[in-house]
Amino acid sequence: MMPNFSQLLQEHYERHPDKIAVYLLHAGQADRAVSYRDLLHGAAGYVKTYRQHGIQPGDVVILILQHGIDLLYAYFGAILHGAIPSILPFLTEKLLPERYRADLAALIAVTRPTAIVTYTEFEHEVRAALQPGKDSVRALILTSQAETPLPPEFQLCAGLQRRPDDIVLLQHSSGTTGLQKGVALSHQAVLNQLEAYRQAIRLHASDVFVSWLPLYHDMGLIACWLMPILLGNPLVLMSPFDWVRAPYRLFQAVSRYRGTLSWLPNFAYNFCAQKVRDRDLEGIDLSSWRAISNCSEPVRWESHQVFYERFRGYGLRYEALATCYAMAENVFAVTQGGIDSPLLFEDIDRDSLQIERIARPAISGRPSVRMLGCGKPIANTEVRILDDKGQPLPDRHVGEIALRSNCMLTGYYNRPDATRKAFLDGWYLTGDYGYLVNGELYVTGRKKDLIIVGGKNIYPQDLERLACEVPGVHPGRACAFGVFNEATGTEDVVMVAEVDTDNPAERQKIADQIRLAVTRGSAIALRYVHVVGKHWLVKTSSGKTARLANKEKFLQEMREKNQEF
Amino acid sequence: MTSPVVTQLAHYIAAEILKQPGRTIDPTEPLLTSGLIDSFHLVDLALFIEDNFGVHIDDTELNASTFDNLNQLAAMIQARQA
Repeated sequence: MMPNFSQLLQEHYERHPDKIAVYLLHAGQADRAVSYRDLLHGAAGYVKTYRQHGIQPGDVVILILQHGIDLLYAYFGAILHGAIPSILPFLTEKLLPERYRADLAALIAVTRPTAIVTYTEFEHEVRAALQPGKDSVRALILTSQAETPLPPEFQLCAGLQRRPDDIVLLQHSSGTTGLQKGVALSHQAVLNQLEAYRQAIRLHASDVFVSWLPLYHDMGLIACWLMPILLGNPLVLMSPFDWVRAPYRLFQAVSRYRGTLSWLPNFAYNFCAQKVRDRDLEGIDLSSWRAISNCSEPVRWESHQVFYERFRGYGLRYEALATCYAMAENVFAVTQGGIDSPLLFEDIDRDSLQIERIARPAISGRPSVRMLGCGKPIANTEVRILDDKGQPLPDRHVGEIALRSNCMLTGYYNRPDATRKAFLDGWYLTGDYGYLVNGELYVTGRKKDLIIVGGKNIYPQDLERLACEVPGVHPGRACAFGVFNEATGTEDVVMVAEVDTDNPAERQKIADQIRLAVTRGSAIALRYVHVVGKHWLVKTSSGKTARLANKEKFLQEMREKNQEF
Repeated sequence: MTSPVVTQLAHYIAAEILKQPGRTIDPTEPLLTSGLIDSFHLVDLALFIEDNFGVHIDDTELNASTFDNLNQLAAMIQARQA
């Protein structure tokens, strides 16, 4: 019978208790090595804590914690107890506390967690979102009150009795809309994914993972948390807050720990290439890095080039550049490229791609686009390209990417309606557009009006609602969209809003207020706020904003004004 | 009176970070908590300060509890120059 998470953890604990599971890196502190013994003892402390609070196996436990020892113990404690952990984003200084509370309350209403674990400093924020006696939350557990680490009594750990099809964890994607859809995954689904993905990346016992990724997202949670810890490879973990302020720390960590595997969203290639100084790379050796997988944002050949050029002098090998197409609904990876053979890319005729929706090789003298392949499906996953009627398309025809595997989500937690809508005859509809060539997947765009900034999914409706709360903006007359930025390798968010005043100072004031409202309400920084007069925005017959048409109109205006965009 | 450090910082932020060279930034206007400066631009700001004022700001200091407006940032720079 297939093992479950707890059985795997017990095995590591008994076989090599002194082996280091995780190296925790924090700016300004000494690195901390956490062995499997430390991990299981800390987790056992939490098992005791959860039991004292009456948490039952199968209950959902929400973790609002940053990267660190508390998160490790609380997460794997929940697993060992047979409860279902879910990590939520931490409140940042940018986000308005009221908004965070409202989002948290909405999530609690759908997901119905029994317990929330957080820090003492954060207690009042979480408490403000609770409705004692009315909502599902019975325990607010503070890390300072958790039981001290102790040797686990495995016979008392309900996690060992969990069946393969029991739900093991939830993943909540970002955004107001996304928060209410927790992806529920079973033990079996996650372990099937890890088995197939392990083969796809040729995982070896000597591999060392290095990551700064957030853990409320599949790339961080599956590839750079569960995979190394459950399969027994060391994980070097730093926080995204530290990385964004000092990206050189990633390279120092790879060099110091002889890291071999990392996953990065596309923007990180540009970001690192531009913002790391030579003096922070002195003595750095990146030759151990064998696969850096570009994942979670559209992948760009140009981003790989700038990254390689910047770091090749420090031992970075070109063959280390890899790509991956992944989604939480398939646990993680759908395809992987660049492991056994170099990454594939091709130049495609732009007009054929955009108008006929067929990816034809470029013809000299006509505009072309360079497409970087995402690799081939991993062994347990089938990929199809479907037309508007759900019929499979031949190679090189662009359509919706659909997939089928033995590692699909159990469902969106407590949302059978949303789960049903996501499938067509057993195939999961991704909402992404792409095409296949001899099994290689190329992703061309998205069906949904989704903006992806730095690997984070943003629903434009959420941002527009915030903009419309600003006095002076016409209700329903704001439009948000993403514009790809070559320099950063990701999308910039633009907001266009209609107002009555044509006084430039007044408009500037409204623009500032929109920026503030959006940042405080969503933690998303707008690159540009375009304040316009009445009737500027293009609307569809149903009265809905036609985002694509408005984006084109905005770009046209910028071109006419000769403004950089 | 606005200090030259504040003026120089304001000019840099408007032109290079916000890409709106004509924009004025009030010395007391919140920069980080308002979302005017995204966390992705904090490294740029630290490098600009180092290159132009000869002062090192550690990455662990790049948050709103250290500075959130131009006056606070300028005061920090001047204290370190002294």
